[in-house]
Amino acid sequence: MKIRVQTEPFDLAAEVTALYRDNPAVGAVASFLGVTRDVNAGLGVHTMTLEHYPGMTERALEKIVREAEQRWHLLGVTVIHRVGPLAPTEPIVLVAVASAHRGEAFQACEFIIDYLKTRAPFWKKELTPQGERWVDARDSDETAAARWRT
Amino acid sequence: MKLRLRYFARLRELFGTGAETVQVPDDVRCLADLIGWLAGRGGVWAEQLAPGRAFRMAVNQDMAGPETRLADDDEVALFPPVTGG
Repeated sequence: MKIRVQTEPFDLAAEVTALYRDNPAVGAVASFLGVTRDVNAGLGVHTMTLEHYPGMTERALEKIVREAEQRWHLLGVTVIHRVGPLAPTEPIVLVAVASAHRGEAFQACEFIIDYLKTRAPFWKKELTPQGERWVDARDSDETAAARWRT
Repeated sequence: MKLRLRYFARLRELFGTGAETVQVPDDVRCLADLIGWLAGRGGVWAEQLAPGRAFRMAVNQDMAGPETRLADDDEVALFPPVTGG
């Protein structure tokens, strides 16, 4: 697994390619890209800042990926989450999963992002025309994560 | 025992600090006890840590619950529900 928490942008194509280029057993790579939007609950977003808990963030992501690897047979996982200031249309997070077949890749990819959104210590703050505002956690994220309970 | 406390995001702003080291009395044994002890400071502490308020806790960088036992020199973090991704 490759897990990074970083301020710098990442190269989506390079990260996805790296998951299959050297492994002919890989038949599928599924990926999710989270992107900064320009509108949240009616306020115009100018920039967003991602705060995180250094140390715990990486640990929490590793735990989530390990759980995915136990549930599905995977051949590679990459999770990259940016922190610091981000502008609308900038990518925030990449989850990419390689496996022999698409079923596992799709499922594991969705599982990882659903768990990341409810268990990884990141917090978004928006700078809007009305001032600074912490984003609220969504019930729909908890519902999405709950689907995966065994 | 000694505990290293960390606060993040909105809680950090409201408490006015991101980190502190505290010496807690012997009757603080688990996270629920610690929350009660911090709420005892009154003001914003009582407000934000009152029963029913939504916040999360971690001990030594693992998510934890009210029953989680504490040990000397543990790192305890309090933070709002997470919003990454």
